[in-house]
Amino acid sequence: MCGIVGLHLREPSLEPRLGELLAAMLGQVVERGPDSAGVAVYGDMRLSPPGRAVVSLLGVTPEQASTALPRAGVVAADAATVVHAESPVAELLAAIATALPQATAIGSGEGFAVLKGTGNPVQLAESFGLAGVTGYQGVGHTRMATESAVTPEGAHPFSVGPGQCLVHNGSFANHATIRRELQAQGVEFDSENDSEVGARFVAHHLARGTDLEKALRLLCERFDGFYTLLVSTTDSFAVVRDAIACKPALVAETDAWVAMASEYRALDVLPGIENARIFEPEPEEVYVWQR
Amino acid sequence: MAALTGAEVADLAATTVRELNQALHAPEPAPAWRVLNPRGAHSVACGLRDEVTIDIEGHVGYYCAGMNQRATVTVHGNAGVGVAENMMSGTVRVRGDASQSAGATAHGGLLVIEGNAAARCGISMKGVDIVVGGNVGHMSAFMGQAGRLVVCGDAGDALGDSLYEARIYVKGTVKSLGADCVEKEMRDEHLTELAELLKAAEFDEDPADFRRYGSARQLYHFKVDNSTAY
Repeated sequence: MCGIVGLHLREPSLEPRLGELLAAMLGQVVERGPDSAGVAVYGDMRLSPPGRAVVSLLGVTPEQASTALPRAGVVAADAATVVHAESPVAELLAAIATALPQATAIGSGEGFAVLKGTGNPVQLAESFGLAGVTGYQGVGHTRMATESAVTPEGAHPFSVGPGQCLVHNGSFANHATIRRELQAQGVEFDSENDSEVGARFVAHHLARGTDLEKALRLLCERFDGFYTLLVSTTDSFAVVRDAIACKPALVAETDAWVAMASEYRALDVLPGIENARIFEPEPEEVYVWQR
Repeated sequence: MAALTGAEVADLAATTVRELNQALHAPEPAPAWRVLNPRGAHSVACGLRDEVTIDIEGHVGYYCAGMNQRATVTVHGNAGVGVAENMMSGTVRVRGDASQSAGATAHGGLLVIEGNAAARCGISMKGVDIVVGGNVGHMSAFMGQAGRLVVCGDAGDALGDSLYEARIYVKGTVKSLGADCVEKEMRDEHLTELAELLKAAEFDEDPADFRRYGSARQLYHFKVDNSTAY
């Protein structure tokens, strides 16, 4: 199954409530994926202070990060540790690779952070302190593992390009083939997860200058299997489904926000839902909202 | 639980779906119910066996009114995946839109969707009548075996794919027909049948505006000539 939730705020006055709303949405899709969960939040001052490079890490404790990177800010969030510093993102990543070789970066960029772990999604959201998070955009995922082991690395979101995130409900049938093709082009992988291949594919095309809508259309052409994807960047929020569209997806839109979820009950927690335009995305149609 | 016995209003903000369904499954449930605050809950009013009338005030989640027998259920909102799945008899009406697989495998009764239905409406239908006021998504009536599907709007791709014997009436456009589904002549008996279905659904449409589709019956038997196609 897997559960997807996402919220893209248009109304700035709602930004203090981003984490609270996202946590409420996530709590409604726990049954869809009770083994692990993750979120990405855009614009939280504590996790991602403005003007600073931010890298989210697995495999290190906050103490190890503080010791190895004495000039960086460190925020603990359950299995994940968020590190931020006043330097270019690439420099911070390089410093982490040197000082903390055991760490896996699960997200990097400016103005956003990725948190993920294994266990009950509601408890994870509490351990992330999600309800207190602010910002303008967030995505979340509850995972029911099918294609790889239950590990923090296998949890979504997959964030493999600057400020980018992908969450997936479904399974890719030809991910091994595409993984080999991307590896042949020098792309490195962190997990055996099929969804990571989708994220690497999108990031690979975005890095070449393709826009998000085109990258997702290319994904539809290349990937076999079942998928509902929610893909975000620092200024975009996008949804796409496969040609069969057997995995659920609902979009709700008001003047104040755009939201997407696997089930309506996750949207029902949002303010103004009673007046929202609600629709199911069409198969293989790419929907993109820009900030 | 005690609060619900004999009562006709169930507020899902204060009562669980399980308590509601257990009360509806009682040997002699109250004949009329209003369900408040469904808020997308799953399996609301499932497995009903009695002639009860239920009005659900809001949107429901998955499998609302599944396996219905004899009851009349109205959703005053949208319905999630699999509304009236495996219905045997009775009537289910959705005033808004329905998600995927509405009326899946249903054997009998009448399902009315006043708005649009998403993909695979009536998948593997086995005798149910489904009347949709708006559009239906792709692969509707897929592997339909018996019953009637009426679409007052447009139909998506692969309508009636691998159809057995269900009959399909569409007023609007059909994006494409699925394997073995063909357009068929609209004879008097079909106009009569369609008029009855539209009347039962309380839709004011002219049967003469519809076209009929059904199975070409070419997939019933294995043909060795096609073996290389698989």
